[in-house]
Amino acid sequence: MKKLLIALLFTFVSTSAYAGGHSPCGVTDGSIKILANEFTTYRIFMDEVKSCAGPDADFSVTHSVDHNKLQVAALSANPAEFSAKLVTNGSITTLMNDNLIRPLDDLVAKYGSALQDNQKIVIDGKIYAIAFMANAQHLWYRESILNDLGIAVPSTYEEVIAAAEKIKASGKMANPYAGAFKSGWNLGQEFVNMYLGHGGDFFKAGTAEVSVNNAKGVAALNMLKRLTEVSNPDFLTQDTNAVKEEWESGNVALMHIWNSGAASLLDDEGDQAIKADTRLAPSPSVGGGSKPATTLWWDGFGIATNTSDANAEASFRALLGAATSTEMANANPNATIWLIDGYSPGDTAGPVVDAANRGATPYPSLPYMSLLHGALSTELVEFLQGNESAEKALADVEAAYVAKATEQGFL
Amino acid sequence: MPHRTFFWFFFPSGLAMLLFIGLPIISSFFQSLHIEPEQILMEVEKCDPFGCKTETKVDIEATTKLQEEQPLGRFNGLGTYGDRNHLAFDEIKEAWTNSSSIAEFTDILLNLPFYKALLFTLTFCFAVTPPVVVLGFIVALSVNTITKSLKGPTIFGVILPMIVTPLIGSLVLFWMIDAKGILGSFIQFLFDDPNLSLKSSSQLTWITLIIYGIWHNTPFAFVVFYAALQTVPQDPIEAAIIDGASRYERVRHIVIPHLYPVATFIILICLMDNFRVLEPIIGFAAEGVAQSLSWMIYNDLRSENKMLFGSAGATSMLTIIGVAILLTPVLIRTWREFRTER
Repeated sequence: MKKLLIALLFTFVSTSAYAGGHSPCGVTDGSIKILANEFTTYRIFMDEVKSCAGPDADFSVTHSVDHNKLQVAALSANPAEFSAKLVTNGSITTLMNDNLIRPLDDLVAKYGSALQDNQKIVIDGKIYAIAFMANAQHLWYRESILNDLGIAVPSTYEEVIAAAEKIKASGKMANPYAGAFKSGWNLGQEFVNMYLGHGGDFFKAGTAEVSVNNAKGVAALNMLKRLTEVSNPDFLTQDTNAVKEEWESGNVALMHIWNSGAASLLDDEGDQAIKADTRLAPSPSVGGGSKPATTLWWDGFGIATNTSDANAEASFRALLGAATSTEMANANPNATIWLIDGYSPGDTAGPVVDAANRGATPYPSLPYMSLLHGALSTELVEFLQGNESAEKALADVEAAYVAKATEQGFL
Repeated sequence: MPHRTFFWFFFPSGLAMLLFIGLPIISSFFQSLHIEPEQILMEVEKCDPFGCKTETKVDIEATTKLQEEQPLGRFNGLGTYGDRNHLAFDEIKEAWTNSSSIAEFTDILLNLPFYKALLFTLTFCFAVTPPVVVLGFIVALSVNTITKSLKGPTIFGVILPMIVTPLIGSLVLFWMIDAKGILGSFIQFLFDDPNLSLKSSSQLTWITLIIYGIWHNTPFAFVVFYAALQTVPQDPIEAAIIDGASRYERVRHIVIPHLYPVATFIILICLMDNFRVLEPIIGFAAEGVAQSLSWMIYNDLRSENKMLFGSAGATSMLTIIGVAILLTPVLIRTWREFRTER
């Protein structure tokens, strides 16, 4: 994993021609309907997809932060509501479980000559998705505030809390830290990060039996609790987009959010003084561990099984055009880390590469992981509000998971 | 009306009810007795930008074959009803034997998802319905007395909360009660506490949701009461005025008894509606602290993974039973009144 990212960052391939293959752009028949998450980098990507599809294409895209909740219902219908879905290593498993995305080998053979090998998501010998960007959550800080108070950039969560408390004590900010703690998927993700940072394993090796109610789980929860104590009291209602707004309003000096947030935090809109003061730092480690408490993600696209071959081909062509567009990548070098051939990374790529180098694990793509993530999403709230002990919260998570996994046939 | 005429009059709507309400309920019931077939797992090699490794995946072919053999899934009887995410019989039994006091037992009980949701649903029902009836009545009385030219715009203003889609209404209020929103900062100013946040504690969130529920439901009670007020006979009122009855006495002894059956109807509909509360929970992002039975169904069908049809079906059945239990006293009462009137 290290090698690929490093190779990606230090190789500068000059040109990418569609030599030998059919040009993917300029779609005229078949309709393209895409379901995607909602954030700025995806908007940039979708603009490129649309321009690649061309003016004659029947093109529509639905951006929704609830894409994960919509995807199974929307793609199970036959014909499916969407012909393509932007997927990540987190959401692809759910679609794979139900056979909702199709193998792309024939389409890749026809159009994919400009693809790099590491863009192909190969499962059991077949290509099921094409990745175009890599992402991870990491630390962001306001340089002037840390400098004024003589605080070094925190490299562990213990230091993050000390720094936040110092900022709070100085009276500069009431709630200097922010993370996406919104109850639901975001809160589950915060626990996943922190638990992996403590070196925890979610399941007993090789089985679907959960095991989070242990010392590492308790330590992870206690760390989350301490972080929420230096966060806005509304933390349970704030998702990543809300945290970014807090940052742009100047209410926050330290936050742990996605690298792709750079696309909107470092653009020309909003308070330019805050933008100039915004710095990116590696994701902190926790509890004396060496691994950063974060997960690595790739974002890509998959094509629906339950759509006509014509629609599948049209959607694949338009999305592939964008996923191989060196111009788009180099015009927006800081929007994310593009996995596209010929891309020269911007100066915001550092923290993700750092996370990969320090051994951060990719988000676990196990078929039953999303059930556990769902249980984490709802069962941790009472602990963070101080109404329940950490052990009780984790026991609840396990019990909720077992009931769901039994119904789904995993246990 | 002769029975025969009534039958043909009722037949189309009865048929529609059977097709679009009755059959789906029966189908949910059957679904709730089943769980998904066993998932067959296999180890495969998986390559992505971060490298290749061996990982577990669902064996699609084998699992699809199982699914085709049992399209409804495995028969589980009432197992889903009794599991931890529903009635949780085992957990309750264990809590009963192991807890030393009633308080401890209640604590454990209300920590189980179904009972937690039931507690909020019932609290919401019984906290929202009475104020809605009282407020709706007061508003209807007030609107009834204003001059004709002002009535139209006033009525429009009053029923606005009902016109606004619940989700939009709750989202608008959600932003207004934000610590930096107009209502949120006003409340902070009022209580002189810069850290006060309506979204941060469960109690305050519950109160917010209940106030929203009253705001949203009052127009319905108003509309029904206002229509009924137009049917109040004028003769007894005039007689009462001649006898020197005050306005309060007229309302108390003539209007209220006349509107009594209407109030029963409003209570019935309000209880039923509020028992199914869902949109405000989503709009106020209150899933963490306030879960209703409808929210549980919604969550089962829209959680990260595959839809949990069995679980959602079981919760639906329990909700229907809950509504039935809730309405029984009111229905018995109406039935008795109906009998005595005859």
